[in-house]
Amino acid sequence: MTQVPDHKFPRVRTVGYDGLLVSFGDTMEESSNRAALAFRDLIDSENWEGVLETSATLASAYIRFDTKRLSHADLDARVRGALGHQDWYSAPMPMGRRFWRVPTVYGGELAPQLGDAANAAGLSVEEAIRRLSETRVRVLTIGFAPGQPYLGPLRPEFNIPRLQDLTPMVPEGALVLAISQFVLFSGPTPTGWRHVGQTAFRCFRPEAEHSFALRPGDEMQFVPISRDALEDIRANNADGTGGATCQEIKQ
Amino acid sequence: MTLTVLRIGPACTIQDQGRIGYLDQGLSRSGAADILALHEGAALLDQSPELAALEMAGMGGEFEATQSTYFALTGAPMQASIDGSPVPWNASHQIEAGQRLVIGAALRGSYGYLHLGGGIDVPEFLGSRSTHLTAKIGRVVQQDDMLNSPKGAGRAGWKLRPKDRFSGGLLHVVASFQTSLFDQSTLDRFAATSFTRGARANRMGMQLESHGPGFAAKGQLNILSEIITPGDIQMTGTGNPFILLPECQTTGGYPRIATVLPCDIPRAAQTPAGAEIRFEFVTLEEAATLQARHSADLIRLNSQIEPLVRNPHDIPDLLSYQLIDGMISATD
Repeated sequence: MTQVPDHKFPRVRTVGYDGLLVSFGDTMEESSNRAALAFRDLIDSENWEGVLETSATLASAYIRFDTKRLSHADLDARVRGALGHQDWYSAPMPMGRRFWRVPTVYGGELAPQLGDAANAAGLSVEEAIRRLSETRVRVLTIGFAPGQPYLGPLRPEFNIPRLQDLTPMVPEGALVLAISQFVLFSGPTPTGWRHVGQTAFRCFRPEAEHSFALRPGDEMQFVPISRDALEDIRANNADGTGGATCQEIKQ
Repeated sequence: MTLTVLRIGPACTIQDQGRIGYLDQGLSRSGAADILALHEGAALLDQSPELAALEMAGMGGEFEATQSTYFALTGAPMQASIDGSPVPWNASHQIEAGQRLVIGAALRGSYGYLHLGGGIDVPEFLGSRSTHLTAKIGRVVQQDDMLNSPKGAGRAGWKLRPKDRFSGGLLHVVASFQTSLFDQSTLDRFAATSFTRGARANRMGMQLESHGPGFAAKGQLNILSEIITPGDIQMTGTGNPFILLPECQTTGGYPRIATVLPCDIPRAAQTPAGAEIRFEFVTLEEAATLQARHSADLIRLNSQIEPLVRNPHDIPDLLSYQLIDGMISATD
């Protein structure tokens, strides 16, 4: 039997005209994220007729399909059938995961919204840095921009809302925070998340053989360094790793 | 080498139908903002709609041919001329080595397209030639760039009379998975509102403005980030709608009230600043009918092209043509 934490889930809904979304939760839960990654892998591995593209988000699997070859009703039925195959919420994590430690400047001119975020979390700046930098977060999904990870979960005190007004532009390598998650920006972008850290890690390297640095399931830790140390890293950053170390995670 | 860029507008990029299959890596499709224009160019030049063309946002440029080349002009109408002689839009033409093609500002709409016979040849990245500016894949076309195409491909002397899609108007939308986050009175007000395209617009999305309060969803600053597709109508924190376009983000936390049908995205993207846009919700069944009609229209393009009859006033060296011995066809 499938264990469902809430009777509303899994939930199947349409996305625009030619998409279907299979959601395993509406808050960030580790089990929902596992389920989304595993269910998406199933569709890809079975190579469903008429499916054009899939992806996994924080808690959902998305399917875009050719409505001329596959009707909404048929896809819906097939998805509901597949949902009963196993307990998706306890599916294993993907294979080949890695652990990245990324040098990060917290606060100051390079990351001006750390104080604001600490305040919203009810912490001093020093304590916020300590808690954020000690937390080992997981790549929950890659999205918004190329190669860009959503990372979490952070401790519950960091469940702070997005800002109502967008910050006009934060740079590549920015570590931003909202709703108990980090995002590590892969390019300059406007955002409603608070800019709390700055790295020299490039998530998307179009010139490299492997353009996308991270995979869902990878783990990351953002280790505090000084601004001077970051400048040194930037001066020798041809490979785009920003001084990060990487090791395989044993299954 | 085919055309040398002598002058160019600030936001001209090479585009084909986009890069499919990298959504899971956060890379959106990109591709022409007005995909219909790619099909029109293909019909005029008798070639595949998969080929890449130059997309010109708002403003064209000046180009010098280095070899005899067939080309076509589609999308937002712009003033165009070869060595000072006007050439009609929505038509295919020939330019000789040394001649200059000048394309001006958009007269209506937003995105004009210059297609070369055989397509514009730039390196593929992940299966597409489309520039994706926000992902830093490719870059805007600049002065002194070369636009290359295979020698001798294409044809000249054909025109199309497309229906107007360059002044805004009605866009059909379907409800999507976040539509129910908006209460019914907000949805009714949205469907009854006449919007104006705002000043902020690019290949990621276009801002809409309206009088009265914004269109907020319940708890909208704490919604889990979720999948985004081109055509989604996203509400920012202040409840102002953006229609998202081919270079949009792949996920996001601001809620989407509805999604514009794929067949209406060309009309959406072409809406110039200040023009009016309204939305009509349709069911999935009605959407399927509209999409099927659009697919049939694309297939019919090839039968809708007509010979281009040039106005003698536009042929500067008319007296040099041997008009009586049949060497020049009536449609040249």
